[in-house]
Amino acid sequence: MRRIQMEGKLRSTEQRLRDLMIRGLAGDSAAYHALLKELSAHLRAFLRQRLARLPDDVEDLVQETLLAVHNQRHTYEPDQPLTAWIHAIARYKLVDLLRRRAGREAMNEPLDDELAVFATSDTEAADARRDVTKLLERLPERQRLPIQYMKLEGLSVVEAARASGMSESAVKVGVHRGLKALAAMIRGGDA
Amino acid sequence: MRTDDLVAMLASGAGAVEPGATARRYAAALGWGAFGATLLMAIVLGVRSDLAAAVRLPMFWMKLAFPACLALGALYAATRLSRPGVQLGRAPAAIVAPVLALWLLAAFVLATADAGEREALIFGSTWIVCPLLVAMLSLPVFVAAMWAMKGLAPTRLASAGAAAGLLAGSLGALIYALHCPEMEAPFLAIWYLLGMLIPTAAGALIGPRLLRW
Repeated sequence: MRRIQMEGKLRSTEQRLRDLMIRGLAGDSAAYHALLKELSAHLRAFLRQRLARLPDDVEDLVQETLLAVHNQRHTYEPDQPLTAWIHAIARYKLVDLLRRRAGREAMNEPLDDELAVFATSDTEAADARRDVTKLLERLPERQRLPIQYMKLEGLSVVEAARASGMSESAVKVGVHRGLKALAAMIRGGDA
Repeated sequence: MRTDDLVAMLASGAGAVEPGATARRYAAALGWGAFGATLLMAIVLGVRSDLAAAVRLPMFWMKLAFPACLALGALYAATRLSRPGVQLGRAPAAIVAPVLALWLLAAFVLATADAGEREALIFGSTWIVCPLLVAMLSLPVFVAAMWAMKGLAPTRLASAGAAAGLLAGSLGALIYALHCPEMEAPFLAIWYLLGMLIPTAAGALIGPRLLRW
């Protein structure tokens, strides 16, 4: 009985989040914000269970996974359950982290149950050890300024282009490449 | 930066994403890659001089159909492996089926041939260079397919690299078939396949390093 209730709850979570994702991909940034916020709680609980021996890494990995979700959002297509897509990204980032720490820690939790990613939720964020703001400062100007204006100060493309003296397409490319470079910095262990 | 601030930053001005990224990227990669491979074949090797006569032979079309079927299977596998959480589905079967079909045909040809002819059926006159030339012609698509995959999000990197390599190898073989004079199934079943396996293995080896994200 409990299992059936649980499955029903997961299905409605899947439907709600998938709907937010589709609206987000269509340009609804409020829906996208709501999605990422709820995802961060699910990811936190999911990763906390699986990183029991590395509790201090959980919040960093939540942030790294959210950045990956954002950078790779063009690979989500609506014919696919969002659960499967998110789980594959979270699993990939988790395995990548464990590989970077190879040898020191062993996994003891199974990773293959993809429904598990939406099964729990945790809104208690611990402090991240890595400071993304500091990493952003190390980006080259053509990426740092567009991110500063558009993503942190909330300017539009046109306004950001005027403020930075760059063309509109250079601003868009700068944001895109800057967030990818940020993920690469994190992955490369520069952080 | 707190996670809530990161979420706000990512969502701010996120804008719409054009759908169909996977299809668009692979279409561009295949277009440029096949163009490059054809150019390479035409300049370095040249189209076979008896092409006009060869197109009337069923075996010539068999020789094109085999790598073409493999390329479709490899493309299917590569596009699925490029997206997180998408299962391979029937992709392995779509790759194995053309190989098995060709092997059956080759076995039949060998079994019904005279003992004295078998060596010629297997080795033809170009067996030494065939796999290397197929591998060479696979290079343009190899680079293009890796570029396509690098812009998407594969999570099984060795398999993804292998699928991109097989896609390159099978298209390389398809284009090589326009130059190569060999027309026997046993030859194709061994040396063409070997040539395609070179970029496949290369993809599996470099995938884990090249495709990380």
